[in-house]
Amino acid sequence: MGILEVKNVGKRFGGLQALGNVNLSVAENSVHAIIGPNGAGKSTLLNCLVGKLIPDTGSVMFDGQSVLGRAPHEINQMGISRVFQTPEIFGDLSVLENMMIPCFAKRDGAFEMNAITSVVSQKDVIAKAEAMLEDMNMADKRHMHAASLSRGDKRRLEIGMCLSQEPRLLLLDEPTAGMARADTNNTIDLLKQIKQDRDITIAIIEHDMHVVFSLAERITVLAQGTPLVEDSPENIKGHPKVREAYLGETAH
Amino acid sequence: MFALDKKDARLLLMVAVLTMLAPFILNPFPAGSEMAQFNAGYPDLMQRFVIFGIFAIGFNILFGLTGYLSFGHAAFLGVGSYSAVWMFKLLSMNVLPAIALSVVVAGLFSVVIGFISLRRSGIYFSILTLAFAQMSFALAYSVLTPITGGETGLQLALDDPRILDVAASATGNIPVPGLFGLEMRASTNLELGPWVFTFNVGYYFSALIMLAAFYLAIRIFRSPFGMMLRAIKSNQQRLNYTGLNARPYTLAAFVISGMYAGLAGGLMAAMDPLAGAERMFWTASGEVVLMTILGGAGTLIGPVLGAGFIKYMENIISKINESILHQWFYWLPDGLEDFVVAMIYPFIGKGWHLTLGLLFMAVVIFLPGGLVEGGQRIGRMFGRKKSEEKDKPSGKTTPAE
Ligand SMILES: Nc1ncnc2c1ncn2[C@@H]1O[C@H](COP(=O)(O)OP(=O)(O)OP(=O)(O)O)[C@@H](O)[C@H]1O
Ligand SMILES: [Mg+2]
Repeated sequence: MGILEVKNVGKRFGGLQALGNVNLSVAENSVHAIIGPNGAGKSTLLNCLVGKLIPDTGSVMFDGQSVLGRAPHEINQMGISRVFQTPEIFGDLSVLENMMIPCFAKRDGAFEMNAITSVVSQKDVIAKAEAMLEDMNMADKRHMHAASLSRGDKRRLEIGMCLSQEPRLLLLDEPTAGMARADTNNTIDLLKQIKQDRDITIAIIEHDMHVVFSLAERITVLAQGTPLVEDSPENIKGHPKVREAYLGETAH
Repeated sequence: MFALDKKDARLLLMVAVLTMLAPFILNPFPAGSEMAQFNAGYPDLMQRFVIFGIFAIGFNILFGLTGYLSFGHAAFLGVGSYSAVWMFKLLSMNVLPAIALSVVVAGLFSVVIGFISLRRSGIYFSILTLAFAQMSFALAYSVLTPITGGETGLQLALDDPRILDVAASATGNIPVPGLFGLEMRASTNLELGPWVFTFNVGYYFSALIMLAAFYLAIRIFRSPFGMMLRAIKSNQQRLNYTGLNARPYTLAAFVISGMYAGLAGGLMAAMDPLAGAERMFWTASGEVVLMTILGGAGTLIGPVLGAGFIKYMENIISKINESILHQWFYWLPDGLEDFVVAMIYPFIGKGWHLTLGLLFMAVVIFLPGGLVEGGQRIGRMFGRKKSEEKDKPSGKTTPAE
């Protein structure tokens, strides 16, 4: 049994069957990649995992508990964090404040009426946030407005924010999309480091095959809302159906 | 000081000094002089400055921090006033229980209205709050007449129970609100040469409460709770996927700002013990929105400035009339005098709304951060090197929709 078990999940948008009948099992402490052409339903699948969408059919179990019918913040508090396809950060807040918010969420839960103590007196949270910024190599940017960061830094910040919650499952939706080669390689190193340093399961959606084959231990290929094959990276590379359905289209 | 950092403590101190010295500062012109009509240091207006300051400070906790634009906060102001007057009628003329009840009742009201309205965000939230406030106004005017006094408003009467107090004063009149014998309307004048300065009990009472309210707002702004509210305004999606539930945060902010409004309403009744439904009318809700945006939404001092500014215009600009203009420009050649007066005339007297409207548009377009941003720009122009904007949260960002 994997930490994440997706069974027979289907999702329809009007006339479009975005997800047909998805079965997916992600083993604990592995890196599992989900690849597939544009519009294959990869993001839709993630949305069904984190409570943004409710699937029409099927079940989603995380660590033996169903996530369906729970609000996004409840699912997150179960231990699932998500990095979005376009970075979602608190643009009006400083980088350090961005990092403090997930630390508060981890310490105090979904709501805490902490209205009279001052932020600066929350030494434990500040220390944790600063340590995470250090890990992300962003300590020098702590007082910057988050909205003014470069795209690569926004993504790093978002990944760091997710990590400060110490999630058991980290979901990444195209973390290197729109990045320059150097930034992409940095992200690969960062993710490898993360994997090495902690017990964490990572599910990653990615178009960039370099990233996929550098990180993934297991790959699921999604096409038109249904999983085509699931196998190890070596086998996926040579799989004729995959080459035809997916790799063929993007082969450089 | 008071667990505030240096900058906030300085701001609080500055506001404290300004409010305590307001009777002097607002009366710069000798009584009886031509400019005396610009004096704002009379009790009635000074009370309004601080009371509307409280209203706007509270509104800013909701709108400035979370970006949720309520268009119905006057309902809480009105509820606060009615509660206070009822306390005067039933219990005693002491203002403390009256104001306490105002805050509690407005808080309860805002729990209900907030709980329902916060199921939506953006324009739908605004419309829901507006609908609730207009409903309250209409009910207060009609079916709730036994509680609200309907069209005439709720007033004190000689045969009110006032169980802890006298029904009528020694002279046979209705007693006036006070604080342990200190009447709110009591004033002393200080005459210094041609200048007259008025010190009013009600003003100082309200001003002290405003300082407490301002202090509390600073604490909220600087707290983890305040940071969460700013995070809601910035990116609610990220907040939800960070394991935080936005709903109780926004509801708490809504109730706090509702209680501030109730406090302001209670103080209004304490200064002048009557309450009418028009206090809940939508224009009153709109006014606090204008005050907050004009002063600078999301900044600490902005709402107070905005409230003072609008109340000054309403009471001072509106009193300038045509003959006063002629007096000012008598030195011009006749034809030119008439021309200048005719040009200015639309902007004064009843035309103060026009002046305010134009000013508001100019601020929104050129100074999205309100008067506070204007002050910062002037400060920078004169080379005061202050890194204010770094610590003033969203002081320079556009007030959210
Ligand atoms: N909220 C929605 N309403 C209607 N249709 C949607 C919605 N979300 C996604 N779709 C459609 O569902 C299909 C799958 O979309 P999805 O975003 O999951 O694809 P994807 O695999 O993530 O693609 P990409 O690689 O471009 O990100 C697409 O055809 C998309 O247009
Ligand atoms: Mg996608």
